[in-house]
Amino acid sequence: MIDHTVAPMPVPDEQAEGHTRREALILGLFALAGAAMTTGCSSDKDAMDEFVQKNFKDLSPAELKEVLARMEKQYKAKYGRDIQVSATPPIEGVLFGYALDLSRCIGCRRCVYGCVEENNQSRNPQTHWITVLEMDKEKGVDLQNADAYYNHETVPAPGKFYMPVACQHCENPPCTKVCPVGATWKEKDGIVVIDYNWCIGCRSCISACPYGARRFNWGEPSISPDELNPVTEYLGNRPRKRGVVEKCTFCIQRVRKGLYPKCVEVCPVGARKFGNLLDPDSEIRYILDNKRVFILKDELNTQPKFFYYYGL
Amino acid sequence: MKAKVTLIAVAPPPFSPDMFPCSACHGLTDKVNRVPHKVDFHDTIVLKHDEKNRWCLDCHSAQHRDSLHLADGRLVAFTESYRLCGQCHGPTLRNWKAGEHGKRTGSWSSTKQYLLCPSCHNPHSPHFKPLHGREAPLRQEAIK
Repeated sequence: MIDHTVAPMPVPDEQAEGHTRREALILGLFALAGAAMTTGCSSDKDAMDEFVQKNFKDLSPAELKEVLARMEKQYKAKYGRDIQVSATPPIEGVLFGYALDLSRCIGCRRCVYGCVEENNQSRNPQTHWITVLEMDKEKGVDLQNADAYYNHETVPAPGKFYMPVACQHCENPPCTKVCPVGATWKEKDGIVVIDYNWCIGCRSCISACPYGARRFNWGEPSISPDELNPVTEYLGNRPRKRGVVEKCTFCIQRVRKGLYPKCVEVCPVGARKFGNLLDPDSEIRYILDNKRVFILKDELNTQPKFFYYYGL
Repeated sequence: MKAKVTLIAVAPPPFSPDMFPCSACHGLTDKVNRVPHKVDFHDTIVLKHDEKNRWCLDCHSAQHRDSLHLADGRLVAFTESYRLCGQCHGPTLRNWKAGEHGKRTGSWSSTKQYLLCPSCHNPHSPHFKPLHGREAPLRQEAIK
């Protein structure tokens, strides 16, 4: 069912007998604690199941179903409303690509907040997946002197241009290579994802990303239940917890169902373009064929699938 | 993999309130005055679109008031106004058809929705106006 680019991690021999060594150790600890408390409460079982859960890539279809059901139950208990957690597989023959027209972007930040609402980022402490950089038209792309905190009555400000930056979904991502536990990887459709339940919060990926695209939940993320987007994806916008890394997923919960990412839909100037790089008739291919596109920090050989261009 | 893509219009033409259909006021027997002059009922329209060379009836049909017309006289419905705009803005029309100009919404893999030119550009004054931006992100030191 679920098809992933990265082969499952080698499974120790113990699994043939029912449990891995890690699980056996943990189960032993829990058995001791359970014997001491004997509460018999179902949330204790859920907490233990969560604690011993495998990496997303190692889950069998049956296990995955159980995990998703458990999460929906836990989220319902936490937020008091129904939250749908899916694990939609990549579509065959699709490699996602994104293009952004710098000559049209006006720096209004509607994409930033559209993303926050769609992807359940923490409102307090504040987490934004998209950073909009303001730079001088005269100097061109000058990341060192870019300003992410500009604040004007109306945009665009005279003499300035704007460059929104989020995850570049590299074909050769440095962030996934440094993860010590295999909690982040590139999917078959090119989306770089994170298993928030496997992430240990070491933040190696944050230091490896040359684009500053990854965010760490230093505090307990908070969203009021009525602001929560209830249509979520395991590898995407399901609510996160403290101590894990998150970032743009091209709105995996939307694009794998054929929808455009939220930032594309909310952009008032149509600067954001999205589609299938393997479809010669897609608008993204039209842009690659007809516009002079560039990628950020090409000297690093990260091969982003996020392209910038000047359309005018 | 090629997607089977169909295009549909998403938004109706953005008429001014209570202005359409034009034939509610304009009849077939109207005297047609093609010399640019001030028009009482349309005095809120500020023409800033090659205004030295053009006037209402260069785009609006005098005989069929609920339609637009091309330079060769063929009628164009308001729902297909891009054909009119494309007479002068050829490369833009080409890019718009390919999905490069303008905003596509809906589905990248099946039904792409598009906006008509006047949904973003006021045809009488098409330059894109500045917008109010959303609030700046908190600085790192301000995040508690």
